[in-house]
Amino acid sequence: MIIFGFIILIICSALCLYRIGRGPTASDRSVAIDILGIIVVAFCVLLYFKTGDGFYLIVAIAWALLSFIGALALAKFLEDKGFDE
Amino acid sequence: MKETISHIFLFIGLLFDLLGCIGLVRFPDVYLRLMAATKSVTLGTGLILLSVVIAGSAPVAAKAVLVLLFISVTSPTAAHALARASSVSDIKMWEGTVCDKFTEDRKRKTNEKT
Repeated sequence: MIIFGFIILIICSALCLYRIGRGPTASDRSVAIDILGIIVVAFCVLLYFKTGDGFYLIVAIAWALLSFIGALALAKFLEDKGFDE
Repeated sequence: MKETISHIFLFIGLLFDLLGCIGLVRFPDVYLRLMAATKSVTLGTGLILLSVVIAGSAPVAAKAVLVLLFISVTSPTAAHALARASSVSDIKMWEGTVCDKFTEDRKRKTNEKT
């Protein structure tokens, strides 16, 4: 039952990685990295369901905050540089 | 009973995640991709966390509520910052776009300054 959820999340991550590799501009890649961070939080929750270990939710808290800081740093960088590939 | 409700929430959340990622691949433009992906992936992950709140014990549920709070505050903020950065660094919109007040306003302001 939970394995099915893992398969769906792996498909989601593959779609995000496709957009990171393919994306025409740098901000496409930044958006996909931001979304991938939220999907990793969902992965942590499914690992909690699989193992029953509450430690994974602490990892989810840390990952949510770090992903937010990373997205803000990327946005600031894009706004200053204005580069386009 | 609790487990059944929790599993229903879990799979609705996974469905929203999948639809958001398909939107991230299929839409033609940075802004549309951001619109499709951020909202539905945030909702999907929020529903998955809600399933933990329903099924888990009290300390685990408290942690899940904390993650839910963080996600629902930080994800729209990050999306706003990214959309603003894309617009300021002059990334073109899709040719079917009908209204872009922010760029007009920004250009008018820079013209007034010079």
